[in-house]
Amino acid sequence: MKNRLHMTLAMGVAALGLMAGNALAETELRMTWYNDGIEGEVMRGILDKFEADNPDIKVTLDVVPYKAILESLPVQLAAGEGPDIARVTDLGGLSKYYMDLTPYISDPAYWEENFGPFLKWLRQPGDTSSISGFMTQLTVTGPYVNKTLFEQAEVEMPGEGATWDDWAKASKEVADKLDIPIPMAWDRSGHRVAGPAISMGAKMFDADGEPALVDDGLKLMATKLYDWHQDGTMAKELWGSVSGSQYLGANEDFANAKVVMYMSGSWQIPQFADTIGDAFDWWAVPAPCGPAACTGMPGGASLVALKTSKHPEEVGKLMDYLSSEEVLGEFYGKTLFIPGHLGLASKGVDFATDDPRAKHALSTFSSAVPSISPIAFDLQGYVNNRVMFNALISRLGEAIVGELTLDQAFDRMTQDVEQQIAEKKRGG
Amino acid sequence: MALEDTTRSKSDSGPSLLNAIAAWPVRVLFTILDVPLRGLQRLLGIRAMPYVFILPNLAFFGLFVVVPLFINFAFSVTGGTNLYLDDRPFVGLEQYGFLFDCGNYLDPTTCREDRFWRGVFNTFTFVFFQVSLIVLFSLITALILNREIRGRGFFRAAFFFPVLLSPVVVALIWKWILLRDGVLNAFLVSMGLDPVLYFVSPTWSMFWAIFVSVWAHMGFYTLILLAGLQAIPPDLYEAAEMDGTKRERVFFRITLPLLWPNMLVVIVLALIKAVQIFDEVFVLTGGGPGTATQFIVQYIYTTGFSNQVQNFGLAAAASVVLGVVLFVLTLLQLAASRRKDEA
Repeated sequence: MKNRLHMTLAMGVAALGLMAGNALAETELRMTWYNDGIEGEVMRGILDKFEADNPDIKVTLDVVPYKAILESLPVQLAAGEGPDIARVTDLGGLSKYYMDLTPYISDPAYWEENFGPFLKWLRQPGDTSSISGFMTQLTVTGPYVNKTLFEQAEVEMPGEGATWDDWAKASKEVADKLDIPIPMAWDRSGHRVAGPAISMGAKMFDADGEPALVDDGLKLMATKLYDWHQDGTMAKELWGSVSGSQYLGANEDFANAKVVMYMSGSWQIPQFADTIGDAFDWWAVPAPCGPAACTGMPGGASLVALKTSKHPEEVGKLMDYLSSEEVLGEFYGKTLFIPGHLGLASKGVDFATDDPRAKHALSTFSSAVPSISPIAFDLQGYVNNRVMFNALISRLGEAIVGELTLDQAFDRMTQDVEQQIAEKKRGG
Repeated sequence: MALEDTTRSKSDSGPSLLNAIAAWPVRVLFTILDVPLRGLQRLLGIRAMPYVFILPNLAFFGLFVVVPLFINFAFSVTGGTNLYLDDRPFVGLEQYGFLFDCGNYLDPTTCREDRFWRGVFNTFTFVFFQVSLIVLFSLITALILNREIRGRGFFRAAFFFPVLLSPVVVALIWKWILLRDGVLNAFLVSMGLDPVLYFVSPTWSMFWAIFVSVWAHMGFYTLILLAGLQAIPPDLYEAAEMDGTKRERVFFRITLPLLWPNMLVVIVLALIKAVQIFDEVFVLTGGGPGTATQFIVQYIYTTGFSNQVQNFGLAAAASVVLGVVLFVLTLLQLAASRRKDEA
């Protein structure tokens, strides 16, 4: 009995010793992440495989709300308290906090070859060589329509080359016939407005490459948005119900069939496939046209390594694994995200869906990539683009609810951009 | 009788034993502390001992209130977007100049930082209505709850209950009620009426911001007034009744004057709290529509944290301005408390 007790104790001590040894040898990497759909689950599955192959590295996935990525993460990073890796969307704005992975990855040429055009979105002005991360998804903004409502109302959907006015008119007609509360809804986001504004002729930058938000093209698009809110084509609940640059989406209203046409982007596909399914035909349509182009805005989320990491080698190892064609193919396929990997984009991804609506949407957005305006790419890569987006959205919102006239709003947009960029140049 | 005595002595010995057990760790602690404290008293003298006792609290207060105040002021005279003061350029009073650069202070559109001034005007409107209504409804409720009504205990608890809820929970509950598909609109539709989009209208948004805030906080102030009402000697009312004094005269000549010190505390406390309004309205209306319910604290938060260019200097300057307002209100509260003590 006594011997057995001794033996048990000895085994317990040995087990504790082993556990302590493992704990000492293990490197913990923290990855800050947000979810649009199921990508967190997919990523966790991939990380489990990585951990199984690399027992000395543990990766903790800290899932936070998207708002925390926009507002809390920058403060954390400025304080030097950030995670090792993060999924971000303000690609250029946070670039000063990114780690250059080049010394820690096995094949920088592979990264250049497959992520080349997107790597420059992650670089500081003047930097032409650093590698900091890869796109977990490439996104393209564009509209969805509730095709079933069009069919029920017996209104023909505008065809290829249709303008925003054509779509606004048709959506209003459907809503009026079927008593749908919101004919057209746009996410309350400057990024969403930028594509249509460029289609209307907005240049976004002056001849010296400096930001020039307000021009005739932007005024044209902003005036349309303003008018649609006044005539009931768009509901004020989104653009008029909150202040400043707060984001509001109409995805839930669209999923509940309360919206005829919804301007958002490709990232909604997995969510709509999941929440709407076959309840009605949700149909992605090509970006409506203006006099200058028929473009949406590119964008997306990037997984970036951060300077705050104390384990750059392990981060490099993990990023190598995650960016491999095989792993990314699995990730894009399961999440229904448009690939931000050129090799996979040309070979095609085996998307894990049989939903014809999701397949159609993926095809619509993927085929929109070549027609994206170069101005849109430049704007997406510009480090202060959110300053421009925020000024646009907050001042236009104030005009829509009647606090400012449109002309006052345009003046304020210009002032806001100038003031904020001047503040940033002063030190930051 | 003998049986009764035995029972009493048994039941008395239980709590006293429990008390003795509970007091034991305290006694041990005092015994341990006694030696160093006596030594300290010998060293510093008995006059310094009160300061020794308040030192831990003072240290916390200094660390978490006074030091941040100075840091905040230091931020307000710097510019740029760097987080650490060492990296931030000194700009003097430029941030204050930017905030106060107005063509006409009564017209925010003429101000360089129009949103700050809209925040000021919105806060002023909110404070005026919210404080007036909270004092009025708290007084009425306290007067009713002070009477011998059926279910008085239940109603006292019911009116106090919202005070216990987190402001975010309060706002989410009311948002759920007030949205397009909310409970209130469902009720209106069931009555054959059109739904009302409350958060699209500036007037409705301000109304609900004030209403929800009054609903959430009036229980606390009711309690203060109820305590004041119960402290009024009943013989004054009896004397008035014997004299056949009218009810209104009793209220204005006895109740209100004797309750006034409590009222003053309520007014000042409600004022301070109302000026600081942020969380519940931010969740309820998001500051909208436009900037119709954006108050000063939200302006500070947005400027300092939610814009891409985080303008800590400007946010800190606005905080200092708000701090000055709160300081004045706190002085008022201190004066009111002193008056109450004297009364």
